[in-house]
Amino acid sequence: MRVVIAEDLALLRDGLTRILEAFEFKVVAGVDNGPALLPALIEHRPDVAVVDVRLPPTFTDEGLQAAIAARTEVPGMPILVLSQHVEPLYARELLTDRTGGIGYLLKDRVSNVAQFVDAVRRVAAGGTALDPEVVSQLLARREPLAVLTAREREVLGQMAEGRSNAAIAGKLFVTEKAVSKHINNIFTKLGMPPSDDDNRRVLAVLAYLNG
Amino acid sequence: MELVSDEQLSEWIWRGVRGTAAGAVSLLLGVLTIPLFVLSVVSLALCLVPGLGQVVLPLTTGLVRARADLERRRSAQRGVLIARPYAPRPSKGLPGGWRRFRWILQDVATWRDFAWLLPGGIIAIVLGALSLALPVYGFEGIFLIPLWVWLGGAWYGYGAIWPIEDLGDGFLSLPQGAVILGLALFAAPWFRFAEAWFAKLFLAPTRAAELRLRVTELTETRADTVDAQAAELRRIERDLHDGAQARLSSLGMTIGLAEELMERDPAAARKLLAEARDTSNTALIELRALVRGIHPPVLAERGLDGAVRALALSLPLPTAVDGGVPGRLETPVESASYFVVAEALANVVKHSAATTAWVSLRHESGLLMLMVGDDGRGGADPYRGTGLRGIERRLAAFDGTMSLSSPPGGPTVVTMELPCVLSSPKTSPSSGTA
Repeated sequence: MRVVIAEDLALLRDGLTRILEAFEFKVVAGVDNGPALLPALIEHRPDVAVVDVRLPPTFTDEGLQAAIAARTEVPGMPILVLSQHVEPLYARELLTDRTGGIGYLLKDRVSNVAQFVDAVRRVAAGGTALDPEVVSQLLARREPLAVLTAREREVLGQMAEGRSNAAIAGKLFVTEKAVSKHINNIFTKLGMPPSDDDNRRVLAVLAYLNG
Repeated sequence: MELVSDEQLSEWIWRGVRGTAAGAVSLLLGVLTIPLFVLSVVSLALCLVPGLGQVVLPLTTGLVRARADLERRRSAQRGVLIARPYAPRPSKGLPGGWRRFRWILQDVATWRDFAWLLPGGIIAIVLGALSLALPVYGFEGIFLIPLWVWLGGAWYGYGAIWPIEDLGDGFLSLPQGAVILGLALFAAPWFRFAEAWFAKLFLAPTRAAELRLRVTELTETRADTVDAQAAELRRIERDLHDGAQARLSSLGMTIGLAEELMERDPAAARKLLAEARDTSNTALIELRALVRGIHPPVLAERGLDGAVRALALSLPLPTAVDGGVPGRLETPVESASYFVVAEALANVVKHSAATTAWVSLRHESGLLMLMVGDDGRGGADPYRGTGLRGIERRLAAFDGTMSLSSPPGGPTVVTMELPCVLSSPKTSPSSGTA
């Protein structure tokens, strides 16, 4: 799989490259500043991009802006955004185009290599991978999506983090059948029309963020 | 077509009545000001007697200042703001002592107060008496017929007709009286305004005194800011010392131990490394929380707008954010603005029992206006907790102000204003990376 990496610190960029190449990704470009990122994404059309939010020259959110711009140009281009901090606001902005292939993780998560690589693969496959920190920030709010039961909200949170039905079942100690029943209830309550399951998952997560 | 509505008319009449009532107070105060003037002259003359002036003059000045302060308050009610011009009282020195005496003598405001007493008193008497005499004369004209009949004399006259010869002449006094009464009601507020302006000529601080007051104010806010900053640095130091720093040293030890065990006991070494990773994660979590408290990353990335929106999303109650700030603010102002909004919202969450809250951001003609409101129980008291005081202190450093409206039963609205200029959307580099 072909990857573009955007990270300004050489040490971290090399670390990411080493990790991804060890798991048979091919890093086609390593970018270290904001203005170069969008052209690189458009030129290489990678299978997945790993992008730092804050990049030179302004050190604000140009990584995020480039990611959103690239997805306007190439809808659904899978991008995993990394940051030193996470904001539900940014997650919402990344997902508003209602297509999947979005990851948004704390940089700390890279230290758990297996889970990180798993998240990159999931994003490349068109899924979502929101940081548990985003989910817990959302849970701290009073009654997001009051129509859902507490259990359904829990399942939705797991879904936002990008877990499969089997993984959710394992995490919550219930059967996979129970999980898929919860998920169907969520779709119905949130008024998601029957369509392909991946897309409905993205829409449900977006509804969760908009809570 | 109606030129004025009933409400406008009654409002106009009320203004006139209030002005007239205030005129009565002016008259009374004016009359009392004359003996105060005499007392001042006598006190100044007594200064020639060694030792006596030191005792008498401060007492007289106290009275004069009380009178002048009363006039400043009355002027403020007329919309003429007059700042208090006096030099701060010396910290040392006893009542009746030399220091106090010199403090009073050297203050130019003392002499300006004295100079105001006589003309101010006369103007108050004249305008006060006019405010009362005019409506009385107006009423006299309106009720002249019964008066004339009752007094039964052709000797009586009114307005332009003097004397009144017959009943026809008598009736003419009615419109005259009405016009004079209307004129009186119209003039009364303007008389008060004139008094206030005259007082301002004498009782307002001179340019030098204004600058001195400003220096005093700046010295106070600077001391507050420095204190707050020192306290903040101490907190950060403690957090780093007990948190990230401690964890990093334990991390080093754990990794060193794992290195030792690598050959002899690989299983134990692996366990230690996993532990080390957990410790590094915890250190990062703590650093993140600390950074958020110093300067939230989203503020650096998105400015006040984005940061307040991100904050609103994380609150446990639905919070609407409207308005915005085009461009970026100066970094210190941006940071202060963010933290006062955050503090106000934290108060909403902690104390208000509200179900919804809102934030409004506006920037108009060099003034940033931040409002935070909720639908909670109200009754917030700025002197009870430290939250609102903290907001005031942060704002004061930038010449900003806070006002609070929180009637019992709510709603509560905190309005914060601070003067500031906008820069274009930010392009200058700041330190740090995400």
